[in-house]
Amino acid sequence: MPILELKNVSKIYGSLRALSDINLSVNAGDWLSIMGPSGSGKTTMINIIGCMDTPSTGSVILDGVDISKENAANLTRIRRDKIGLIFQQFHLISYLTAVENVMIAQYYHSMPDEAEAMEALEKVGLRERAHHLPAQLSGGEQQRVCIARALINSPQILLGDEPTGNLDEENEGIVVDIFRRLHDEGVTIIIVTHDPEVGDVAQRKIILEHGKVIQDIDQSATFGEALKLKSKG
Amino acid sequence: MFLRMILKTLARQKSKMLMIAFTVVLGVSLSTAMINVMLGVGDKVNRELKVYGANINVKHKDAAIMGELYGLGVNDKFLYEEDALKLKTIFWGFNIIDFAPILESKIILTAPGKNLRAEVPINGTWIEKHAILQTGEELNTGLRALRTWWDVKGEWISENEADLNSVMIGNSLASKYNINVGDALRLSSNNGVVKNVIVKGIYNDGGNADEAVLTNLTTAQELLNLSGKISSIEVSALTTPDNDLARKAAQNPSSLSAEEYETWYCTAYVSAICHQIQEVVRDGVARAVRQVAESEGTILNKTTLLMILITILSSIGSALAISNLITASVIERSQELGLLKALGAYNYQIILLVLAEVMLTGLAGGIVGYFLGIAFAQIIGQTVFGSYIEIAQVVILIVGIILFLVTIAGSIPAIRYLMALKPTEVLHGK
Ligand SMILES: Nc1ncnc2c1ncn2[C@@H]1O[C@H](COP(=O)(O)OP(=O)(O)OP(=O)(O)O)[C@@H](O)[C@H]1O
Ligand SMILES: [Mg+2]
Repeated sequence: MPILELKNVSKIYGSLRALSDINLSVNAGDWLSIMGPSGSGKTTMINIIGCMDTPSTGSVILDGVDISKENAANLTRIRRDKIGLIFQQFHLISYLTAVENVMIAQYYHSMPDEAEAMEALEKVGLRERAHHLPAQLSGGEQQRVCIARALINSPQILLGDEPTGNLDEENEGIVVDIFRRLHDEGVTIIIVTHDPEVGDVAQRKIILEHGKVIQDIDQSATFGEALKLKSKG
Repeated sequence: MFLRMILKTLARQKSKMLMIAFTVVLGVSLSTAMINVMLGVGDKVNRELKVYGANINVKHKDAAIMGELYGLGVNDKFLYEEDALKLKTIFWGFNIIDFAPILESKIILTAPGKNLRAEVPINGTWIEKHAILQTGEELNTGLRALRTWWDVKGEWISENEADLNSVMIGNSLASKYNINVGDALRLSSNNGVVKNVIVKGIYNDGGNADEAVLTNLTTAQELLNLSGKISSIEVSALTTPDNDLARKAAQNPSSLSAEEYETWYCTAYVSAICHQIQEVVRDGVARAVRQVAESEGTILNKTTLLMILITILSSIGSALAISNLITASVIERSQELGLLKALGAYNYQIILLVLAEVMLTGLAGGIVGYFLGIAFAQIIGQTVFGSYIEIAQVVILIVGIILFLVTIAGSIPAIRYLMALKPTEVLHGK
């Protein structure tokens, strides 16, 4: 059953079609990577799926709800309940510790719960560093805090725009490994990436160009192998 | 969590928040000082002005008693016109600026060729009397100087021979019977004395006098057959503000010790002056009449207006300064605030967060500013008005409301910015 469906979605900026008549269906539990050259519309697509932007035309059905016509407050609520976001630049709040950064997401979702936040950090292997400030953490560790924050409210879909873009080979491996475990738990993962290796460790890969899906590749056959190579787990 | 975030933000944005607090301190201290001075001094100066401009009314003792007991004017007991000049001979005679003996009664008013017959009050008085005292001192006094606020159409009557047959009338009376300047009237008393007079002026007093006819004292005395008699004397005197001694004396002069009596008698308290007046006016009882003359009220109103203006301007200034600082602070943190939106914070939650920061800062600044303002108020009170300023509790409320409104107003641009802020715009910045 698709958890996400894009039907004839276009995003138009003046004369520019950042997305042009996109049709896409993603099943619950799928792991999808989005690739394509710079300016092809990857971020635009992620923003629309993540309820941070709305399409110019077409509809987006997320978990049975058409989000393309919702107002800002409803979009915020849906994003809060269903989406976990990870960013290339991590976007941790610099004056809050790792665990507090996770708790912020709890605060705006329901109630801060330090024990639960610690557990989330444990999952990404950062229990020991929970009370450090972002500046005292390495890039890879910061991205893991960002993932813990994205996961704390048990979202149905994890969205990442170049989550490994600022990481070295080793940390990339660690992050992919976390994705693998999340995939095993049934989380739907949608990742934008420039890195072919990261793109390959997904069940499915779509390639955008000029706002159009030019390739839709089923990688389930090679999925296990590629993952084994990349994952450090 | 919420509070911790706010406190950490405050700590991190120390310099901006300090600037905001400083702005608030300035604004609040100024407002506190101004409002306190306005309320405190307004009251104080008001009280003093009343006493300074005290008017004293001297009546026949029976008339005074009947007036106090029953609110009646007694018409058959009179003072002597010749006693009026003695006012200048009392110990504090020099402080008596002006006075006018008045004879009041009723007469029948008719007009030749008009269907008019009415019984109206008549007041005979010195208009601008020139007199020479026994001491050789020359003196000008009369009602005209006591009625500076009168608005006169036509002309004032004078003490000249010719004006013995001229009158002024109040504007209510004039409009009631359609009497104009230059009209001829006939005044007749119960004794059968009749005088033909000309209306020389129509005055607007704003009080009971607007129903009456005003003549020279001699004219009234002739009409009423009361030569040398008067009903009362109106006195304007410069006085010293009352203190405890004056109040004690006012109740009962004989309760004072000899030394106290001496001090009291030789100070220009209104009660001392009244006492001395009674010593020279046979059968007279002198009482202070409380009344703020127009000019005195005007000065106060202008001072008040100025202070309100300063308060408003300083509030607007604070709002502008705060608005700049908050907007800058919010723009500086737009990535962080955009992230909170992306994490699921509603607009109102973000706005609340920013407002809470500002309010907390404002509160801190407000408290400091309030106490500074009280100190300011005292300094102003001492240097400008030479008196201690009573601190009014209500100022806390007023300043609190002003501060609240100013901070809200100052936050509006920042709030608008926050509402429009899109997480996508700040989170993908490379
Ligand atoms: N707010 C905007 N206003 C105007 N044009 C925009 C806006 N956002 C994106 N675009 C344009 O839309 C196109 C797609 O942008 P998008 O950010 O989705 O590309 P991308 O695939 O994420 O590229 P990159 O790999 O460099 O991140 C680009 O040409 C971009 O300039
Ligand atoms: Mg992009």
